Amino acid sequence: MTRTHRLSHLDQLESEAIYILREVAAQFERPALLFSGGKDSICLVHLALKAFRPGKFPFPLVHIDTGHNFDEALQFRDALADRIGEKLIVRYVQDSIDQGKAVEEKGKFPSRNAIQAVTLLDTIAEFKFDACIGGARRDEEKARAKERIFSVRDEFGSWDPKLQRPELWNIYNGKIHVGENVRVFPISNWTELDVWEYIRKEKIELPSLYFSHQREIVWREELVFPVSKFISLDGTDKVETRTVRFRTVGDMTCTAAVESEANSVDDIIREIQISRTTERGSRLDDKRSEAAMEERKKGGYF
Amino acid sequence: MDILRFITAGSVDDGKSTLIGRLLYDSKSIFQDQLEAIERAGQVNGQINLALLTDGLKAEREQGITIDIAYKYFSTPKRKFIIADAPGHVQYTRNMVTGASNSDLAIILIDARKGVIEQTFRHSYIVSLLRLPYVVVCVNKMDLVEFSEEVFLNIQKQYLEFAKDLNLKSIHFLPISALNGDNVVEPSASMPWWKGKSLLHFLEEIEIHTEEESPAPRFPVQNVIRPQTTEYHDYRGYAGQIRSGHFTVGDSITVLPSGLTSKIKAIDTFDGPLTTAYAPMSVTIRLENEIDVSRGDMLVVTGKEPVVSQDLEAYICWMDQKVMTPGSKYLLRQTTNAVKVSIRSLEYRVETSTHEKKEQPNLGLNEIGKVTIRTAKPVAYDPYSKIRGTGSFVLVDEGTNQTVAAGMLL
Repeated sequence: MTRTHRLSHLDQLESEAIYILREVAAQFERPALLFSGGKDSICLVHLALKAFRPGKFPFPLVHIDTGHNFDEALQFRDALADRIGEKLIVRYVQDSIDQGKAVEEKGKFPSRNAIQAVTLLDTIAEFKFDACIGGARRDEEKARAKERIFSVRDEFGSWDPKLQRPELWNIYNGKIHVGENVRVFPISNWTELDVWEYIRKEKIELPSLYFSHQREIVWREELVFPVSKFISLDGTDKVETRTVRFRTVGDMTCTAAVESEANSVDDIIREIQISRTTERGSRLDDKRSEAAMEERKKGGYF
Repeated sequence: MDILRFITAGSVDDGKSTLIGRLLYDSKSIFQDQLEAIERAGQVNGQINLALLTDGLKAEREQGITIDIAYKYFSTPKRKFIIADAPGHVQYTRNMVTGASNSDLAIILIDARKGVIEQTFRHSYIVSLLRLPYVVVCVNKMDLVEFSEEVFLNIQKQYLEFAKDLNLKSIHFLPISALNGDNVVEPSASMPWWKGKSLLHFLEEIEIHTEEESPAPRFPVQNVIRPQTTEYHDYRGYAGQIRSGHFTVGDSITVLPSGLTSKIKAIDTFDGPLTTAYAPMSVTIRLENEIDVSRGDMLVVTGKEPVVSQDLEAYICWMDQKVMTPGSKYLLRQTTNAVKVSIRSLEYRVETSTHEKKEQPNLGLNEIGKVTIRTAKPVAYDPYSKIRGTGSFVLVDEGTNQTVAAGMLL
């Protein structure tokens, strides 16, 4: 064989992710794919099509809806599940709050990001999920860089970074005790740029939020925040209209936009290539402390 | 663009984290917000502490040590790089084996003031055992030995002397200063005697070994895809990732361990059918006749069969607190196969820094030994030295579910 058959980095990453998804299907009884309507989980769904078609997915799509999501992302989520004919389960953080299981944060920048874990763990218990596939990447954050591809969580959903299983070659060990759960991250080895290059290569559709548009915003801690009914404005906030897009899509309360004219995937790739900040730099919840992500993961966050 | 996966090894304070930080920093792979975060955390000798980029856990930052492997990513226009950043001291063997198992290359750091030390021997032995095709020995802290060519050449000579007993195919040497960046990304002005490439340039240019060209095609079956819909009523595809070589429609196939034979009718992907598929592609293979094939079976091209046996010989690295005693039973995972095994004997333990073989009754945490294993049913495999993807395995303790050993078949 000649070198012309060498797989490109995107093809290698794709093949690895498909392999991991198929391992989940084989090693677990009741897996789920955590799907938020953001670009990473949209890529996961695309990879699942590649892994299991012409068969059905061996797992449902599950969304833990904080109630503070962008309408565009929710509509996209429902339309995608409908188009591919796969089951979508939605559970609501609001229900956990109403039941008194989760307590809403107080203060000027309340976020539902942390209490999302309560609803997630309840959903895992309700459906007895033994594996949850997520779109997290190791390049996102330094605690994520430590995470295994098959990451075992105890019966409280907690991650113990000091007691991780060694992960050798591409042999994944999904054996767990009843009540434990494995979080599986098929795109661990992808970077933000890889995801966008893959979206371009595969012509994957995304919610309009990722592309530039005009939006009312306020400045908070040097970040551009979308004005919505979920954030409280006071006399110090000045509402402006700016041309923005979102680099990452989470809750409206903690996801900042970036000022950008990029309205095609090519534009976005060029923008990321010269960007001097990380994707997570626009997430207020990660800026709370040096160990914000690590602490959330110990608390059962995905 | 392709991917180079590498591991960095070296003793504590040899400057591993600084080297990785320097690679990321000088190749402009560090973002402003990450930089600001480490700047806030304080400086070391008037410079920003690049090592903080790699220590991701609170406990690591508090103690200033690396506890567990972290994976770091950067790319240049030529190549994407994945760095397995393994700790230098705590549980070194286990973490080194883990990081090396997924790497194409190892960077071994040596402190120019100290020269080749016991850790260098130990790490080089593991790299040799795991059969990484390339070793780059970086003689670091050259700034502390006045950039002396003589010091560098002495260390090179010392290392080559020791390495002649090892199975290292290709060894390269580089004099660097990770702290100042000499020969890391840019060539050093302080070492005009050095005519070689910088480390990054070297990593960009080196030819990566892959298993797509292997003469032995191997396809472990992961899942059977049976939609059972009207449109795909009789569809029965075997999903998996090609581990080595290539498969073409029409190839005669033997299914192992059963020995049943058939021919490839089609190679399917979501993007359409293929005539030929290469390692490491994930595809779905359909066969001409309905034979019994399930997860854990391996499809191979007839006439190019691997070994099929219930008696295995292997080197294992023990990774659990509880010692391994011959006679114990475990679950062996090799490719997509899971089979119960019993360790029949421990022939010897290897002293990783001297290669001495020692007889002892059991194998403890971080020890490497040669064992014989009896499996509950036949296993199809290749020697690890021929194909990593079918010659590697892990052992799982069925009581605790922990991964307790990494193994390389002989």
